[in-house]
Amino acid sequence: MKLFSRMSDIARSPGDPVVITPGPSVKPAADQMARGLGWFSLALGAFELAAPRTITRFLGMEGHENLIRAYGAREIAAGMTSLSTEKELGLWSRVFGDALDIATLMAACRYSNPKRENVALALAVVVGITLLDLGSANAQTMTHSRRKGRHRDYSDRSGFPGGAIMARGKALERQRSETTGAIR
Amino acid sequence: MRALVWHGKEDIRCDEVTDPEIEDPRDAIIRVTSCAICGSDLHLYHNFIPAMMPGDIVGHEMMGEVVEVGSGAAGSLKKGDRIVVPFTIFCGECIQCQRGNYSVCQRSNRKKEFADKVYGHSTAGLFGYSHLTGGYPGGQAEYLRVPFADKTHIKVPDGIPDETLLFLGDIFPTGWQAAVQCDIQPTDTVAVWGCGPVGQMAIRSAILLGAKQVIAIDRLPERLSMAEAGGAIPINFAEESVIERLNDLTNGQGPEKCIDAVGTESHVSFKHPDTIVDRVMQMNMLSSDRPHVLREMIYVCQPGGILSIPGVYGGIVNQFPFGLVMNKGLTIRTGQTHVNRWTDELLRMIEDKLIDPSFVVTHTADLADGPDLYRIFRDKQDSCIKVVLKP
Repeated sequence: MKLFSRMSDIARSPGDPVVITPGPSVKPAADQMARGLGWFSLALGAFELAAPRTITRFLGMEGHENLIRAYGAREIAAGMTSLSTEKELGLWSRVFGDALDIATLMAACRYSNPKRENVALALAVVVGITLLDLGSANAQTMTHSRRKGRHRDYSDRSGFPGGAIMARGKALERQRSETTGAIR
Repeated sequence: MRALVWHGKEDIRCDEVTDPEIEDPRDAIIRVTSCAICGSDLHLYHNFIPAMMPGDIVGHEMMGEVVEVGSGAAGSLKKGDRIVVPFTIFCGECIQCQRGNYSVCQRSNRKKEFADKVYGHSTAGLFGYSHLTGGYPGGQAEYLRVPFADKTHIKVPDGIPDETLLFLGDIFPTGWQAAVQCDIQPTDTVAVWGCGPVGQMAIRSAILLGAKQVIAIDRLPERLSMAEAGGAIPINFAEESVIERLNDLTNGQGPEKCIDAVGTESHVSFKHPDTIVDRVMQMNMLSSDRPHVLREMIYVCQPGGILSIPGVYGGIVNQFPFGLVMNKGLTIRTGQTHVNRWTDELLRMIEDKLIDPSFVVTHTADLADGPDLYRIFRDKQDSCIKVVLKP
């Protein structure tokens, strides 16, 4: 980022301040995690869209390429959302997607599947990622949510030293009296 | 010096930067004594405003003491003067400035060619608000260079606290202009969407200008409690239908005047499916703004009414029901605020204790705490409505 801010200095005029020492980032860990998972989602989604046959062959699920493509599109949507300002929604949609993945892999984990061992391996990986997603989604909610029921009451802040009732129309009255005064 | 610097989406840091220098005889440099985080700074924080670059200093609500004056500004300012800096930079000499349209000054945007290509015709230069508006360093810093300083300032007297005067630079005149644009009559109902700082100022302005009834729409109880304190009738859109309630309060006629103090980032909720469509389109760069409030205002406003829009929009708005605007004969008034057109009158009202804008301040902190407070303000945590930073 320091490099980018140095590069952008060419857009500034000589008297403008330029960064000498960047301060520390205060991005919460939950946001950094969401960013990592967002990019992971995009990469996985792109792979699922581009090479579904590689995945179905590995899992012994030949003939389900369109399902893998649909899951790829879902991953990309979740990734984009996790990278946006709606990280919480993105991460919870990843958790929902994980549940779908687990259900699909469970269905493929049957004795008749010659790639059953691969499916078990994939299942273990997805369960691990699900735990990571759950933790991240929870952390995201905790970091950014308003604590419900805890809000201050500002009903004593009218902004009008003479009270709101007295203030009604006062500026208009002043404008009118100034105009009348000017005419006189 | 220290300054709050934009490094990317949701990444603002307190950096050590070089001090600003006088570049033009009309420049001045101020030592910033107070600055604020504005709701529109959150659009930068979310990277919804194009042409921000890493290393840009943010902030456009600031005041301070003049410490250096260029020869061309010496007739208007001197060292030690206490000034509020309007967020719109203006020359005072071009055709638009002569008309009082300071926010569309033709000379102050130093990246005019770039802005002309994007907007057709450039707007004024703004402090800390992207390279489309000149790429000027902002005022969330210890020092600020003020271009065209002989004009771009509001002199304020000693003896009144910073918090009372600071908002003359943006949110107070912005709320005021929004209300003035409504051409308020004593029989009017004015509905204000959004009870953030600009919405709060618009509510007070509508009251001062004699509206019969002011209605405040938001979903956050603390903001609605502040709006109610200012004389508004609150509507919590998370709990009740805005359209039904507005029609109830106006005997089915709808409000004559509507103010959008929300702008490009309308709240996204499943209760309003259009907000979800907007967000998806925005995420896919098919639209730059989320205009739910605009749609609601157009729908509920009384025919022949006025829509006043101080809320910031960035570019392309989709699903905009322009047929309703035309057929209902609505008037739309909008624009960045022509700050100095209003500040003499507003300063007099402050001095006469008709209004004290400091009511809106909920958090005061050191500049170094700014990055954290951006997040707290964005997440609406700790009942945060307005943050003032002390460099």
